[in-house]
Amino acid sequence: MKPFATLLDRLVLTPSRNGKLTLLADYFRDTPDPDRGYGLAALAGGLDLKSVKPAMLRDLVLERMDPVLFQYSYDYVGDLAETISLVWDGTRKDEIDDEHQPRLSEVVTRMNSLGRTEVRSAVRDLLDKLDTSSRFAFLKLVTGALRIGVSARLAKQALSDMSGKDVTEIETLWHGLTPPYEPLFAWLEGRAEKPVLATPAIFHSVMLANPVETGDLEKLDPADYAAEWKWDGIRVQMSSYGGTRKLYSRSGDDITGAFPDVVGSINFEGVIDGELLVGGTARSNNPTRTFSDLQQRLNRKTVTAKMLDDYPAFVRAYDLLFESDLDIRAESFLERRRRLGDIIQRAPHDRFDLSDLVPFTTWDELDRIRIAPPDPVIEGVMIKRKDSPYQAGRLKGPWFKWKRDPYNIDAVMLYAQRGHGKRSSYYSDFTFGVWAETPDGEELVPVGKAYFGFTDAELEVLDKFVRDNTVDRFGPVRAVRAEPDFGFVLEVAFEGINRSTRHKSGVAMRFPRIARLRQDKLPRDADRLATLTAMVEAREG
Amino acid sequence: MKPEALLHPTPAGLFCPIGRFHVDPVRPVERALITHGHSDHARAGHAKVLATRQTLDIMRLRYGEDFCGEEQAAAFGEEIDVDGVRVSFHPAGHVLGSAQIAIERQGLRIVVSGDYKRGIDPTCASFVPVACDVFITEATFGLPVFHHPDPKDEIDKLLTSLKQFPERSHLVGAYALGKAQRVIRLIRDCGYSEPIFIHGALAKLCDYYVGQGIDLGDIRPATIEKSSPDAFKGAVIVGPPSAFQDRWARRFNEPLIAFASGWMMVRQRAKQGGVELPLVISDHCDWPELLSTIEEIGPSEVWVTHGREEALVRWCELKNIPARPLHLVGYEDEGD
Repeated sequence: MKPFATLLDRLVLTPSRNGKLTLLADYFRDTPDPDRGYGLAALAGGLDLKSVKPAMLRDLVLERMDPVLFQYSYDYVGDLAETISLVWDGTRKDEIDDEHQPRLSEVVTRMNSLGRTEVRSAVRDLLDKLDTSSRFAFLKLVTGALRIGVSARLAKQALSDMSGKDVTEIETLWHGLTPPYEPLFAWLEGRAEKPVLATPAIFHSVMLANPVETGDLEKLDPADYAAEWKWDGIRVQMSSYGGTRKLYSRSGDDITGAFPDVVGSINFEGVIDGELLVGGTARSNNPTRTFSDLQQRLNRKTVTAKMLDDYPAFVRAYDLLFESDLDIRAESFLERRRRLGDIIQRAPHDRFDLSDLVPFTTWDELDRIRIAPPDPVIEGVMIKRKDSPYQAGRLKGPWFKWKRDPYNIDAVMLYAQRGHGKRSSYYSDFTFGVWAETPDGEELVPVGKAYFGFTDAELEVLDKFVRDNTVDRFGPVRAVRAEPDFGFVLEVAFEGINRSTRHKSGVAMRFPRIARLRQDKLPRDADRLATLTAMVEAREG
Repeated sequence: MKPEALLHPTPAGLFCPIGRFHVDPVRPVERALITHGHSDHARAGHAKVLATRQTLDIMRLRYGEDFCGEEQAAAFGEEIDVDGVRVSFHPAGHVLGSAQIAIERQGLRIVVSGDYKRGIDPTCASFVPVACDVFITEATFGLPVFHHPDPKDEIDKLLTSLKQFPERSHLVGAYALGKAQRVIRLIRDCGYSEPIFIHGALAKLCDYYVGQGIDLGDIRPATIEKSSPDAFKGAVIVGPPSAFQDRWARRFNEPLIAFASGWMMVRQRAKQGGVELPLVISDHCDWPELLSTIEEIGPSEVWVTHGREEALVRWCELKNIPARPLHLVGYEDEGD
């Protein structure tokens, strides 16, 4: 348990992606089987472990501790698992040495073999045998609250870093394997052949597109390419074989449980690539709804009947990877699409439709189509070579995405906060605002926060402005001067804008970033909230 | 006589009306007895100061030659008569020169422990328990959550990180008096012999510790020429934590912020401070040490000064030891 606990302690406090990768790769390299496999499962969200209710933990700690002293401690620390991990030893002073603590694999096996009535004494016993930081890790695992900012994708990248194997290869295998992943590690370390998977109903790494950059298209013949709309939902993969039906996110996370409406309607076998959206399919003549509606359904483990009713989900199919168990990824895009069309034709009308092709003859014509799409939920066009095979990863050439141009506004810097890691000595997180009509006249209201988009040299300028013009401090946050004739104007670019009840201004931007420093402008020249509201309305059609 | 007649709290700090002196006063007074050199306990501007030689030296280093009107050095164990009150200084194990002060008259003895710890610290004399009727204890870490681990295990975390991230400069936050020198000494004891770089604010005190016979190895100023930003790759730099959020920190390569403090026991404290590598190293007692010290000394009454008084008072109640909080203000844990 100790190596895993130490890893968690470091991961929680390490903001940088590279730092996390180093910590993870070192852990996978240095920790023996089967512990590292369970550690991997815990991080990637695939660990099956008997859960323990917080109330039982509280009971256990109060068996040996004064409730008043416990309450003082809990009030101070604020997190139940952490409080218990810290107070459990009572007045004991001697540390438990690392070698005599139960291993992670022992903890997992023991917890999962327990009968209902045995849980309480087993948890007590384990808490006695673990040291402070291992107790914390254990309690986080059994209460299912492991929030450490590591995605399954990052864990797989670390496996790739440690072994030199390609991450897409690891992803291809991933869903066919189970903890503690011993055959996977054996292959990664070159001690065994690549594991062979029994079922194709697993996640296959997806093919990604590159953004169109200046000059990219002039060299290409439009006749070689097909175009389709780029819908603003989330990219998914449906995998169905031998009665197993799964829905995966783009990165291979299993989201089957959150979309019973879609998964329950699958009446085909094979692997389909598509866009998950809410609203109605084109075939049912109901409109596709916005990303903010889709968000109501995302990041949930389960879903209520009302959610299913209010936000019905469907898949707009883009591509076919497997037709039944036949791998057709080497076929051309048009051929795969033809076969996909047949499958969708026979699939339930309200849950599946086929993404339309957009006819065009020249790049200029496609550009005009892209700028004025017929549906507000379209965020641009996809351009795919008609003869392209389906290849995992982001190859340059076969597929492009050509997004609608980002939105831009001029906003005024209101607050700044120091960044993390490399940026911890810089004010690099900026809250910006625009002018709004209030009962007291025109005032700047915060509309968003951005912490990237600028160069290092621009950061020096921003940081200096903050330090020289601080008017107030709230903990780590500084308020800066922002008056009609004095302040810092930032040009903010963003990908989309939605209504929001969570933000005071009533709007929320997607992916806001600082596009340019507008030292040539005064705050009085910045945009009005009405401009943003108009953008939302235009988007909602 | 009642203990309150010998010593009681006032807005300026603990006051002994018979001997007409204050202990660690927070305002300028006629006569001050000082437990140790941290700035919340040792302030400038008193007419007369009685403290250990090292505490007096440290006050002079920090406040200048005229830090008080008149000074008197107390040796450990020496009995000094202050207007009919018997006063003696005993090691507290907190920082170099730190002392507990025993105050005695007509068979009643009160010990003001100041700040203290029980763990081994090669940079100062170890705490000596002194029998007394009233024991006045601090409670900086007076909550059952605080269990300070072996400091060498914490330093091992730092040395492991240096191996894992050899390109990053490791900035170790440690307060200037006591903690910084102890951390450097601990790093040496764990076998690290590379130069350790220090922030300018630490220089005078480190020199003083070295002059007192505490070997800190090769320490160098963390100054840099603009042309060599990579000079501190993989190096250990020790400085006051406040400096790490300042422009000063920009000279280092991908700095990794560590902080040596008892507060690092609680993850959220570390996270809020932007600390990547918390090192739980404290110059105060943790909860088990506070309890075992009280049990060992066995006073008939416990007074609790600054920190988390309520929990320690509650524990004393459960043990049937009369206890009360003193609610002194002005002590802000500079040392941890």
